[in-house]
Amino acid sequence: MILARVAGRLTSTIHHHDMAGRTLLVCAKLDAERRPTGGYVIAVDHVGAGAGETVLILDEGNGARQVLGVLKMPVRSVVVAIVDDVG
Amino acid sequence: MFLGRVIGRVVPAVIYDGLEGVPMLWVQPLDMYGSASGKPFVCADGTRMAGPDELVYWEASREAALTLEPSFVPVDHAVVGIVDDLQLDPTTDGEADGPG
Repeated sequence: MILARVAGRLTSTIHHHDMAGRTLLVCAKLDAERRPTGGYVIAVDHVGAGAGETVLILDEGNGARQVLGVLKMPVRSVVVAIVDDVG
Repeated sequence: MFLGRVIGRVVPAVIYDGLEGVPMLWVQPLDMYGSASGKPFVCADGTRMAGPDELVYWEASREAALTLEPSFVPVDHAVVGIVDDLQLDPTTDGEADGPG
């Protein structure tokens, strides 16, 4: 999984039908010091995360589709946890 | 998924069975602020509604082909949706506006 910070929310009305009702979050990837690396990923939210929160992103297609419960959804990245602390 | 800007259309003359009629778009990948990042590639248009200059989000690899029906087709990049709006949190890393 990837440690990332939610940078914002993407809205879209014209999309693949499986994306209907899903929240898309633009997430900045973090390095070991929790600083943005410059990389990002757009992930489907599954935990109710919001801007500024540190999250875990599952970045693998079969696992993502299992989490979302849709077998042919064209998604690889899903926000699966909100992080309180990194020790 | 990642952001991209449609910079053109690609019109195939002959194409693999199952991909007939699927629009092919030339897409410039973008960073989260909307600046070009990397080399352009061709995406199948899973929305069938995207056009030149539009801001889209795309997916790569096996997930790309899942935008299409039939989905067992030779596609490695596809447009999943068209971006209406993108608001970035100014506190996250300093830049307030998305690519818009």
